[in-house]
Amino acid sequence: MDLGVAFQITQTLLALLLAPLLMGWVNICRAWLQGRSAPPLLQPYYTLQKLFYKDAVLARDATRLFRFAPYLILACMVLAAGIVPTLVNNLPFSPAADVIALVGLFALARVFLALAAMDIGTAFGSLGARREMLVSFLAEPALLMVFFTASLISQSTELPSIVDRLAHQEFAIHPSLAFAAVAFWMVATAENARIPVDNPTTHLELTMIHEAMILEYSARHLALIEWAVALKLFTYLTLGIALFLPWGIAPAGDLAALPIALLALLAKLTVGGAVLALWETVNAKMRLFRAPEFLGTAFMLAVIGMLVHFLLEP
Amino acid sequence: MNLLHWAWGIVLCWIGLAVGGLAISGQPRLVRRLLLPLGAMGALALAAVGTLALSAPAMQLVLPIGLPELPLHLRLDALSGFFLILLGGAAFGVTIYAIGYFRHMPPGQLALLSTWYHLFLAGMAMVLLADDAYAFMVAWEVMALASYFLVTTDHNIPAIRRAGFLYLLIAHIGAVALLIAFGVLHGPGAGQMAAYTFDAMRQTEHTPFWASVAFLLALFGFGAKAGLVPLHVWLPEAHPAAPSPVSALMSGVMLKTAIYGLLRVTFDLLDMQFAWWGTLALALGLATALYGVIFAAVQSDMKRLLAWSSIENIGFILAGFGLTLIFYVDGKGALAALTLTALLYHSLNHAFFKGLLFVGTGNVLHATGERRMGRLGGLMRYMPWTGWLMLVGVLAIAGLPPLNGFVSEWLLLQAFLLTPGLTQPYLNMVIPVAAALVVLAAALAAYVMVKFYGVIFLGQTRDPEIKHAHEAGRPERLGMLWLAAGCAVLGLFPSQIIDAMAPVLQTLIHQNLVNEGGWLMVAPLSAERASYAPLVFLTVAASITLLVFIGVRRIYHGRVRLAAPWDCGYPEQDTRMQDTAEGFGQPIRHIFSAFMRVERELPGPFDRQPRYHGDSQDRLWFLLYKPIADLSDWLSGQASRLQHGRIQWYLIYSFATLIFLLIFVSH
Repeated sequence: MDLGVAFQITQTLLALLLAPLLMGWVNICRAWLQGRSAPPLLQPYYTLQKLFYKDAVLARDATRLFRFAPYLILACMVLAAGIVPTLVNNLPFSPAADVIALVGLFALARVFLALAAMDIGTAFGSLGARREMLVSFLAEPALLMVFFTASLISQSTELPSIVDRLAHQEFAIHPSLAFAAVAFWMVATAENARIPVDNPTTHLELTMIHEAMILEYSARHLALIEWAVALKLFTYLTLGIALFLPWGIAPAGDLAALPIALLALLAKLTVGGAVLALWETVNAKMRLFRAPEFLGTAFMLAVIGMLVHFLLEP
Repeated sequence: MNLLHWAWGIVLCWIGLAVGGLAISGQPRLVRRLLLPLGAMGALALAAVGTLALSAPAMQLVLPIGLPELPLHLRLDALSGFFLILLGGAAFGVTIYAIGYFRHMPPGQLALLSTWYHLFLAGMAMVLLADDAYAFMVAWEVMALASYFLVTTDHNIPAIRRAGFLYLLIAHIGAVALLIAFGVLHGPGAGQMAAYTFDAMRQTEHTPFWASVAFLLALFGFGAKAGLVPLHVWLPEAHPAAPSPVSALMSGVMLKTAIYGLLRVTFDLLDMQFAWWGTLALALGLATALYGVIFAAVQSDMKRLLAWSSIENIGFILAGFGLTLIFYVDGKGALAALTLTALLYHSLNHAFFKGLLFVGTGNVLHATGERRMGRLGGLMRYMPWTGWLMLVGVLAIAGLPPLNGFVSEWLLLQAFLLTPGLTQPYLNMVIPVAAALVVLAAALAAYVMVKFYGVIFLGQTRDPEIKHAHEAGRPERLGMLWLAAGCAVLGLFPSQIIDAMAPVLQTLIHQNLVNEGGWLMVAPLSAERASYAPLVFLTVAASITLLVFIGVRRIYHGRVRLAAPWDCGYPEQDTRMQDTAEGFGQPIRHIFSAFMRVERELPGPFDRQPRYHGDSQDRLWFLLYKPIADLSDWLSGQASRLQHGRIQWYLIYSFATLIFLLIFVSH
């Protein structure tokens, strides 16, 4: 149990520390692919440090909700990172929440961000909140269908059980998971405010979704939100890994498997980040009201995955 | 004295308070300071009786009042007990709130309101205790009429009279269906009054055809009360019309009496169930949930928005009911237990969070006199208590962990996940996909609640007069605090509450829900499958928040500069540039435009004082209700041709009738 708690804390801290690195890696890859000179790999850390040192500028009318939200959002993401098995399976905190609770956790963070965006009462803040909630209600059914497919195979909505079933028991090919994986990728890009639904590097306010919500934040509050965003991307990628490429995650209590697990994780994240950069380079941001079609496609893919499971994988 | 005597005593107390209110109608202070607190105590006592009744065996009581051959039958079992807790728990908070809320009401009106209010409470309690069809229908009518008079409290406003009439009409169409349903269900010896006790109905063997007829009639009748689409049209009219505590009780508790009735008839009175009943209820429930939440998203009146959201929640509960039936008929007792738990849990949750939200709108209404969200905004700054307590309700109803809305949603989704185990072909493939509708509705509910809270409580005040808004009084805060605490407790201690519900499951479907998680964690069926521990969840989340807060403050500094909002450097922003309620609902109107009929008046480009008007109307009203209303209008117009005001014609009518009757009798 004590070892488990130690693993739990180590893994969560590792996620917290690695998340900005992943962000830096994605940015580098994208710069390379777009023919720009790349920022340093550690640039997100420098940015965070700079933001933490600055004086926070708050709007005069900001309520406590506005100041409290960044802390809560980061806490939600840390909690989510603690639930997803990245290095070791069957961590002591995992049974506290299954994948459905994980969706609830992301929703909690999102609702607080949207409320905080509406707090100051600026035009862009409420615009961003509205769009973010729009994207989320389209994405959530698709995300849940993906989880349903995975949980039908392993007869569980617990991530440790899913990983255990897919990685540590006899190897089987599940065609349904291929559909689910594509759907998951589409939903993940939408939920993380990446191209084609949103553009994280945009400077054009009228097209913003996520960025419009955090326009009024500065200094340490902004740093916390940026960190939470990086952690969310990290958690989504590790979630995808746990669902579709779980090989390498160490079984509970297997110390010898740890170095391999760490190497496997780093390799998968490196590839995942590069693929994300490639995806963002070859796609263009779509109009907001095309997002329902995009996420509808993701939903249909996930449903097809589920039907494939019923028909082909008795 | 057993528990049933106590429950009956509380009902009598409420009736006594109702009569007493008329006696002291000249002393409003006494009505507020004595009658309403006594009523609230009664509610609390009723909740206590319900709690004790959960673990006690069913008890019956026959009172020699009522019809000569049919004395009043009362019965208190676990199912009644559970709904008594729901009634008492929610009514306690709402009544405490009402003590403060009706402070400024004229004395005569207040006494009348107190009378109808206590009769309403007594009627609802009697519905839950009745054990024969006659007592049930009388209680049902008392409940409907008392709530009608409560809805029309401000009857000098024509729109409120219209809303009240619509409510009364649909309530009675539903009541007629229930009456016929009980007629179909009667026990042996039709025509004898004793055949209409519930005991006689329980012991009767029905044919499949008549059982289905009875179920469909009950679904129609109770659906009319619960707001099942397409019988929902009265809800968005009646809820905004009623005073806020009354809306809270109607939405939180009265709709649940219909759920109680549906459960009572289907699982207790009927001796057989069919899977297609479940499929029908599931389909109707999902349609109701989606329809309700889409319309909630486009509303601009805050109480109307909450009324539509109630329709959505009733849809969830009915979907759970349908799924329970499907599992139960399929012989999957454990899964039926899971869905039944989810639906009961959601009923209880909805009573608390919807009660909280409705009374919260009462505070806003008192402070600003405004129901249109487009005029509100920024109330968090002037009404911090209301603001923070409403935030609890909003998070709970949006289904966010660790509050209570999430628990029932989680249980329901777990149940949906288990549908592939069904033996019926096709059904086991289609129903898991239908779960996506539940998630869509739940995610849309979060959208609706961000809109509701953001537009009313956050942002800048849209109307300068609102800056005079004042915080609500102490009884109001106390009542809201009770309801918010209910949301938190229901959210944080699910395993205890699920354990306490076990006798209800035993009563209805003779099953237990196994919880493998212990006291800290819910793990229905097996811990390997799914588990959720809200207390751990909350503790860890709170401690991480605290750690991050202390860490940031310790390592860096806490310096803050106050400045004007940045808004991308645009200097001339004003409060009208924020999203209004219509603006926030625009994406929903765009995507789901097929569901609604949108009327818009757009200003011309050269208008000096541009005005925008948009209204999204219910298509079902125009498809189903309008033709019927027009037809009855036309028919009564035709019938009025008979009226001439000349005595000769009326004599001819009498003569013709007499001839007709003579011919009729002689045959």
